[in-house]
Amino acid sequence: MLAFLTLLLCCQLAGELIVALVGLPLPGPVVGMALLFAGLLVRGGVPEALQSLAGGLLQHLSLLFVPAGVGVMLHLSLISDEWLAISLSLVLSTAITVAVTAGVMVGLRRLSPSPGDDGEGDR
Amino acid sequence: MTGPLQDIWVYLSAGPLLALTLTLLAYQAGYWLYRRVGMNPLANPVVFAVIVLVAALVVTDTPYEVYFEGAQFVHFLLGPATVALAVPLYNQLRQVRRSIGALLAAIVAGSLTASASAVGIAWALGATERTVISLAPKSVTTPIAMGISEQLGGLPSLTAVLVILTGVIGAMIGPPLLDLLRVRDWRARGLAIGVAAHGIGTARAMQVNEVAGAFSGLAMGLNALATAILLPLLWRWLV
Repeated sequence: MLAFLTLLLCCQLAGELIVALVGLPLPGPVVGMALLFAGLLVRGGVPEALQSLAGGLLQHLSLLFVPAGVGVMLHLSLISDEWLAISLSLVLSTAITVAVTAGVMVGLRRLSPSPGDDGEGDR
Repeated sequence: MTGPLQDIWVYLSAGPLLALTLTLLAYQAGYWLYRRVGMNPLANPVVFAVIVLVAALVVTDTPYEVYFEGAQFVHFLLGPATVALAVPLYNQLRQVRRSIGALLAAIVAGSLTASASAVGIAWALGATERTVISLAPKSVTTPIAMGISEQLGGLPSLTAVLVILTGVIGAMIGPPLLDLLRVRDWRARGLAIGVAAHGIGTARAMQVNEVAGAFSGLAMGLNALATAILLPLLWRWLV
């Protein structure tokens, strides 16, 4: 577990270094994710301990957004001045984006279905 | 507050323990509530925790910076957690490979839709230019969104808040909307939530289904890349 936590941090650090050196428009952790993914491809499997560490971290991923979310208190007055435009823009745009993305994916998959593949597991 | 209570308060507010504990308690209470109502997306634990914590900070007159001093340890874990998204992605490798073309087209379409609709609606409703610009990268994961906002002339710290709000809204309205549209394919569901609602949507998708979670994480990463490249180019061309 400690070894794999170190591995995650090393991937993140390598990601930060690559972003800084190459000037990519991406955050370091996303490049770190790509590095770990490439490593798993080369190795051809996920070690058991890494599987459970990743599961543990990702199970409560939303907790990690709470500290940044509390930052809403810094902008309460700006948001209340323009609350109608901001809230309608956020809600409608998010709904439209969900619909368009799912629509394009489902539509294109329907054009070229592959056999024995429905993607509908238990719900 | 006087005497020993005051001393304890001064002692506790100097270290990270209090902010850290309160963050975990508020989230756990929110998560407990979320479980109690059958994981209804409207009872999002992040919303609950943020409301409770903002109320606590306002009541005790504690500045956000003091709270963040302690809460940054939770915030820091976002980095390693993002790296860890490679694991579910690898687990779903066959599924991803099989639908790579449709997947990329859907992400680019979603990226353009997210920015164009947010900007269009806010502009039509008379939002100030600074707010409109800050809204443009709202569906992109926080650090990249802040970078894009700065590049276009927005307010990065406002963008950070708008990004979190978008994530929460997407995690709340996304699943019922997809039910309404009869989208049952977990890949399409995950992809849509990941493009529209980045990490908060991915967190929600991960709790429901691993395929949806993996596609959502992938969509979050690729949408960030697509928006970071396309939005500044389009902006220069349009403005």
